[in-house]
Amino acid sequence: MRREPPRTLGDYLPILFPAGMLTIFFVVPFGTMIAVSFFQRQQGGFYTPAFVYDNYARFLSGFFGGVLGFSLMLAIAVAACCVVLALPFTYLLTRMARRVQVVWLVALLSVLSLSEVIIGFAWSTLFSRTAGITNILVALGLMGEAKALTPSFAAVLTGMVYQAFPYTVLVLFPALVRLDPTLTEAARTLGASPLRAFFTVVVPALRNTITATLIMVFIFALGSYLLPQLLGRPQHWTLSVLITDQAIYQSNMPFAAAMAVFLVLVTLGLVALTVIAGRKGEAA
Amino acid sequence: MSTFFRKVYFFLIGLFLALPLIVVAGVSVNAKQTLAFPPQGFSTSWYGEIFLNPEWRSALVASVTLALLSAALAVAIALPLAWFLWRRVAPWANIFQLLGVAPFTLPPVITALGLLTFWATAGFYGQPWTAVVSHAIFFVTLPLVTLSLGFTAIDRSLVEAASTMGADDRTVFRTVVLPLILPYIVSGYAFAFVLSLNEYIVAYMTVGFTMETLPIKIFNALRYGYTPTMASVTILFVTTAAVIFSLVARFGDLPKLLGAMSSDGK
Repeated sequence: MRREPPRTLGDYLPILFPAGMLTIFFVVPFGTMIAVSFFQRQQGGFYTPAFVYDNYARFLSGFFGGVLGFSLMLAIAVAACCVVLALPFTYLLTRMARRVQVVWLVALLSVLSLSEVIIGFAWSTLFSRTAGITNILVALGLMGEAKALTPSFAAVLTGMVYQAFPYTVLVLFPALVRLDPTLTEAARTLGASPLRAFFTVVVPALRNTITATLIMVFIFALGSYLLPQLLGRPQHWTLSVLITDQAIYQSNMPFAAAMAVFLVLVTLGLVALTVIAGRKGEAA
Repeated sequence: MSTFFRKVYFFLIGLFLALPLIVVAGVSVNAKQTLAFPPQGFSTSWYGEIFLNPEWRSALVASVTLALLSAALAVAIALPLAWFLWRRVAPWANIFQLLGVAPFTLPPVITALGLLTFWATAGFYGQPWTAVVSHAIFFVTLPLVTLSLGFTAIDRSLVEAASTMGADDRTVFRTVVLPLILPYIVSGYAFAFVLSLNEYIVAYMTVGFTMETLPIKIFNALRYGYTPTMASVTILFVTTAAVIFSLVARFGDLPKLLGAMSSDGK
């Protein structure tokens, strides 16, 4: 059967439902959000249609500059940690027996599907004074007495790396499976150690994959909305947390919407920049 | 030496992934309502609490219902779209593929806030069915990706044979295409189901004030202090996810679903 362009009205029928659903419940809400970002906020959590820039003007304050800077810095740190940890892991995983691969993939998927609420709760328990890892260290005699490790920046970073690590592995997995094994074999035959072969052959061959993975994990980490709140102090709050806070607790929908639009633009802008940078790097 | 190094490395990664869950599992069997590890005493009553306490039970029912319905709707959206893209030459239709992947790729807060403003404007804010639609849109990516993969794996000569024998599109779909992509439908449904079960922010922004799903219930409970039921729900969720993904792996080809094209491997 050859693929043919749709001709009759009946040919278009199957796509009507998905196209309608995606348009009404994704495109229209997205547009609604952009519209609301220009609305005027009223006292008591309501807002009225208007066309004001007030909500955007608030970004110009030093406070939001700080939050944005922190969010980007945190997301970059998470992406870097995850790729450094996950690249050798995924590489070795793809070279293992299929049965072992499946077990690891099931485990990674299970962790990946965990709610941020649950990850936050689990890590705050692990970092707590009464039930945390410091108790184990005390039992081993490495520490004087148990103490709480949260809230702190390290706790936020650890929680977010935990959340993003399985995602990173799953993004890297297809590219690494397809990597030609003869590349490393050649390097090994010529006398390179496994470690040397990994860094001089595998890593350069995957340069574009690594860049793409960094961007994807970066965006994933930018979306984390609860962990900074559950594991950190208010100064560790990211743009995503602030959006949730404004929308739900401060009932300032127009401002939340403006921040969300801003977050989309920042995300897309950074992706575009990295893509351009990548192209230039290849040309050189 | 290098095998030893590799084993240590995998052990440490495994430990990192498992440690929070081990501690939570330990906490969940504490005899009294204390946050203590190693557990003091042993009791499985906190697992019973999920089903016996009316508040936790209704949250469980709400979560499971939401996940069952929204995953079904997500598949109902993804299947005709993936079929159309595979059957027809229509480059314009790729825009809908992109729209299907976008909600999952953007930071979730964006989709959640978009849906919140939308439902509020449309006047349906807080109604339970809005959460079903919202989750279906949010997770449509998963069945869409698995189904697209499933369709590319179909040998077109099979379909051609059926149509030269006189089968029309409908018959070809029912007798040839559907049996071939059924595993992909099931795994797409399973992924959407598990993620919907765990989803917090979209559910919270759409129905958070009128209905409590389990993640919302855990978050609300967290704000008022600690109860071991949170720990038992966490373990229940991890186990459910692990069982479902194991079943997908048992009856399907998990490495292939996750993008490894050749399944002959080692």
